[in-house]
Amino acid sequence: MIVADAANLHTFVEAFRFIGDNPHFLLTKTLEQIELSGAALGIALLAALPLGVVLGHFHRGSGIAIGASIVGRGLPSIVLIAAFLTILGIGFVNNMVALAVLGSGPILTNAYDAVAGVDRDTVEAARGMGMTRAQILGRVELPLAIPLLFTGIRVAAVTIVATAPIAAIAGGGGLGDIIVNQASYRLEGVLGASFCVMALSAVVFVGLAGLQFAVTPRGLRSTSLGEVPTRKEQL
Amino acid sequence: MGSDGGPVIPNFGHGDSCVTGDHTFCWGWVQDHWGDTLGPALWQHVELTVIAVVIGFAIAFPLALLAHRYRRLEQPFGALSALVYTVPSLALFQILVPFTGITWTTVEIALVGYTLVILFPNIVTGLRSAPDEVIEAARGMGLTRLQVLMRVELPLALPAIVGGLRIAVVSTVAIATIAATLLPKGLGYPIFLALKEPTPFKTEIYSAGLLSIALAIGADLLLVALRRVAVPWTRAAR
Repeated sequence: MIVADAANLHTFVEAFRFIGDNPHFLLTKTLEQIELSGAALGIALLAALPLGVVLGHFHRGSGIAIGASIVGRGLPSIVLIAAFLTILGIGFVNNMVALAVLGSGPILTNAYDAVAGVDRDTVEAARGMGMTRAQILGRVELPLAIPLLFTGIRVAAVTIVATAPIAAIAGGGGLGDIIVNQASYRLEGVLGASFCVMALSAVVFVGLAGLQFAVTPRGLRSTSLGEVPTRKEQL
Repeated sequence: MGSDGGPVIPNFGHGDSCVTGDHTFCWGWVQDHWGDTLGPALWQHVELTVIAVVIGFAIAFPLALLAHRYRRLEQPFGALSALVYTVPSLALFQILVPFTGITWTTVEIALVGYTLVILFPNIVTGLRSAPDEVIEAARGMGLTRLQVLMRVELPLALPAIVGGLRIAVVSTVAIATIAATLLPKGLGYPIFLALKEPTPFKTEIYSAGLLSIALAIGADLLLVALRRVAVPWTRAAR
């Protein structure tokens, strides 16, 4: 292990000084990034959530769900952003679409797994009690699906927020502008912006974990918020 | 877009009309630049990924065994790895620079960190997957703790371990493209170069992008094949 010497560690002090010296600039950049991420997450939710829930309810299209999980994990963000850039041109729309595609992966997969994975016996019991399809979906499947489904949303949100800085390479703005422009902001600026990016994704992660806990039906609550959400591979 | 009046594409190779006009895909450019751009980038990408996953596994496996043996350790390990997972790769690469400089080591430390986050929980889950009755039975037959681990728990954990490896490899291939923000290595680098042009050079983006996707799929298929060899009994269950 290479040990950092004092001069190197001093860069961190400089980085925090950079944050202290440019609060307005960093705030503007952070807001840009939140705007981009929020728009992308919104689109991903609108597109992927209903699709995943419906497919899961009918137990159809597990291939789509698996494919989406591969898109979520395996497609390099930079490839997506660059490819959309050649089609949509440089700017906000391109980055928003690329990030939305990236985010829909985990949302779709988890929504499918969550709804399709609800215990068959429970669904049968609900049907036996005379519930309609809509009632089964609304009162049985969705409440039971919430933990896993929300985990997908959380992963998508963190993925989008964490990937948004990369969009700066394609004119996306946000904190990434600083990180990829060491020539102008020097290493301390790059590090300062990196810390802001980390803080932002940590806040999103923890905030959504709290929200997840709040929306999870009491009987399903588990105490571990720190568990890493990964899709179970088909064994 | 013609070569006259259209955006000027700097000299990529021999500048035939396809390249200077930035057509959708110039097969000629790929052939010309396989030797000096795409081939080396692909090889570097494989190297980045293999080193990261091997080191990541070498760290995650003993940690998972520890967490399996002493259950109390799992929560702190899990929380720590979840935290690493939220750190954006672009930021992590930069933050390591004051410690290890703009080096291959910096890139690998970051990549190893991400593989750990994926491998550790998967290995732990795998070790847990042995049913209690099976372990009781093994104990009853007089197997020691170590024997139970080696002969019962580990073989039953193999499918989950390979599953974790698959996710780790595919993710690492994806994250390694970002390493190009730090080092001119891997398949991300040609893409960054293409994006820096006044008009992004399409052929370079598509060819490097497709190569990275093909690499991820190829590695995944390789691991699926490996699982067939290592754990033949799961074949029927699929």
